[in-house]
Amino acid sequence: MSGLSVRDLRVVFDGFVAVGGVDLDVPAGDVRFIIGPNGAGKTTLIDAVTGLAKATGSVTFEGQELLGSKVHKIARRGVGRTFQTATVFEELTVLQNLDIAAGWARGPLTLLRTRKGVPPEVEAALETVRLTEVRDKPAGTLAHGQKQWLEIGMLLVQNAQLFLLDEPVAGMSHEERDATGELLGQLSRNHTVVVIEHDMDFLRRFARSVTVMHAGKILSEGTVAEVQADPRVQEVYLGHAAA
Amino acid sequence: MTYLKKPLVGFGVAAVLLFAVAPVALGDFRLNLLAKYLCFAIIAVGIGLAWGRGGMLTLGQGVFFGLGGYAMAMHLKLADAGPGNLPDFMQLYGQLDALPWWWKPFANPLFALAATVLLPMFVALLLGLLIFRRKVRGAYFAILSQALCAAFAILLIGQQGTTGGTNGLTDIQGFFGYDLNDPVNRRMIYFIIAGALLGVLALTWQLNRSRYGELLVAVRDGEERVRFLGYDPANVKLVAYVAAAGMAGLAGALFVPAVGIISPAMIGVVPSIEFVIGVAVGGRASLVGPALGAIAVAWAKTALSERAPSAWTYFEGLLFILPIVFLPGGLASLAGLIRRRRAVPVEKPAAPVEKTPAEVAT
Repeated sequence: MSGLSVRDLRVVFDGFVAVGGVDLDVPAGDVRFIIGPNGAGKTTLIDAVTGLAKATGSVTFEGQELLGSKVHKIARRGVGRTFQTATVFEELTVLQNLDIAAGWARGPLTLLRTRKGVPPEVEAALETVRLTEVRDKPAGTLAHGQKQWLEIGMLLVQNAQLFLLDEPVAGMSHEERDATGELLGQLSRNHTVVVIEHDMDFLRRFARSVTVMHAGKILSEGTVAEVQADPRVQEVYLGHAAA
Repeated sequence: MTYLKKPLVGFGVAAVLLFAVAPVALGDFRLNLLAKYLCFAIIAVGIGLAWGRGGMLTLGQGVFFGLGGYAMAMHLKLADAGPGNLPDFMQLYGQLDALPWWWKPFANPLFALAATVLLPMFVALLLGLLIFRRKVRGAYFAILSQALCAAFAILLIGQQGTTGGTNGLTDIQGFFGYDLNDPVNRRMIYFIIAGALLGVLALTWQLNRSRYGELLVAVRDGEERVRFLGYDPANVKLVAYVAAAGMAGLAGALFVPAVGIISPAMIGVVPSIEFVIGVAVGGRASLVGPALGAIAVAWAKTALSERAPSAWTYFEGLLFILPIVFLPGGLASLAGLIRRRRAVPVEKPAAPVEKTPAEVAT
C-alpha cells in the first residue's frame, strides 16, 4: 500500500468538529486537489496529517502510521507542506533557506562548520523553482509568487515524497499560476502531490483527481468532470436555486 | 577574500586597542575598571547569541554569572585560607567544625577552573531541556529566567554560614599564587580577561557564520516552520542557551579576581537586567554590538552615578526603552541604516531587475 491513506480521521477543537470521520486515499504519483467552501476542514486535514493538530483515526504514508508522531518526525518520513501565507525565513537568503531545508540529517560537526559552495540538491532545486538568479537575495525581498516557489523548493531539498500544498497560487498573477502549474506537473513525476485550492480555473487545468470536502466530511471524489457533474457539489457551491 | 579578511582586521584592531592602547592610556584604577567592564562584555556576547540570534530573552544570566563567580571565589577563598583551614567568614558566622562537603572539591584548582564554565553549562542544559521541550518561549521564558535568578540570589542569602550570605565571598587576596594587591598582577588579570573576550568573540563569530548559526536565525524567525523541515527547535535553542551560560560563567570567574568580591547583589535580578540593557543598546543581533554596548553602559553607569547617583536609574530605564522602541537593531544597525539611506538613489534603478525571474518564469 503506497501513497497517502487516511481512515476515519476526526479532529475536534473544544467540542467543534473540524474534521468528522474522513477516509481518503491518494495513490502515489497522483495530483489530488482538495476543494470545498471555507470552513470545510481542508487545512485542518493537512494539519492533522503533518502532526500540527491532534487527531484520532489513522493516517499512513508509504505504509507507516503518522498519527501520534511529532511534527519534525513526520517531516523526516517524507511528508512536506507549505502554508497559505508563505512562511520562509525572511532575513536569510534564498540559498540559506534551501540549505537549511536540506539539512535535518546533518551531524553536529557539519552544522558547526561554515557552508562551502552549494550542495548539488540545492543547486537542482534552485533550477527547478527558477530562483537561481536571486539565490543570494534575502527571502523577504522576493515577490509573492517566488516565495511560494521557494517553499516548494524547500520541500524538494527536504526530500519530501508527499507534498501538501495549501493554496499555492492564491494571490499569484496569471503567469505565475501557469508556471506553478507546470511545476506541479514536473513534481508529480516522482512525488505525490495534494493541493488545497479555491481557484477553479487552476484546478481544471492541473488536477488529476479531486476531492470535495464540506463541513468536515468528504462530499464527493473523482475526476474533474465527475465532480463537476455531481449535484451535491453544485448544491454546496451554488445553493438550492441553481441545483 | 574580503569575506574572510574584514573580520580578521576587526580582531586585529580590537587586539591592539585592548592589549596596547588601553594599558598605556589608562591608569591602574581605570584599567581595573575596564577589566570589570570586559567581564560584562563577555556575558553580553553570550546574550547576543541567545537573544539576538536565538530569540531567547535571557533575563536571568546572573544565575550563570554567579555560578562561575562563586566557583572561582570558593577556590580562591580556600587557597587564601590555606590547606586545612576554614575560609574567614565560616569561622565568623558558621557553627561549622569542618568544610561542607560541597566546598571540598573546589580546593582542587583544576576542578574549580573547569566548574566555572562547565557547571553553568550543565545547569543551563538541565533547565533548557525542561523549558524548550515544553515549548516555553517569549515573555514566559524571560519571566521564568528572571524568577530563577531571584531564587538563586535568595538561596545564597539564606545560607550565610556556607555562602557568606548578603556579603558574598569578599576580600579575596590571591589568584593561583599571585598577590592581587600587586598592580602588576592586576594588569595580568586584565590581559587574561581581554584575551578571554577575544576568544569568546571568535567562537561566537564562527557559530554565527556556521550552518548552525543560519539555523538558529531560522528558529528565531520561524520556530514552527523549522519543525516542518524535520528539525527539533528545542535542540537548536539549547545549544545557544548552553553556550551563553558558559560565557556568563567564564565572565563570573574572571570578574572575581578583577573585583575581589562576588555577592548576591551582583548576580540578582537587577544586574541581570543590566546585562541585557548593554546588549539592547549595542545591537543584539550583531557580533561586537553587545560587547561594545555592555562596556558603554557600564562606563556610563560609573561616570553618571559618580556625579548624580539618583539620576542613573531613570537614565538606565531610558537606555532600555529607547533602543527597543526606536532602534531595535541597536547602535550596530545605525551604520547599515545610514548606508541604506545613502544608497537609495543607486538602488532604485536596480529594483525592476528583481522581477525578472518572475518574468522569465512566464
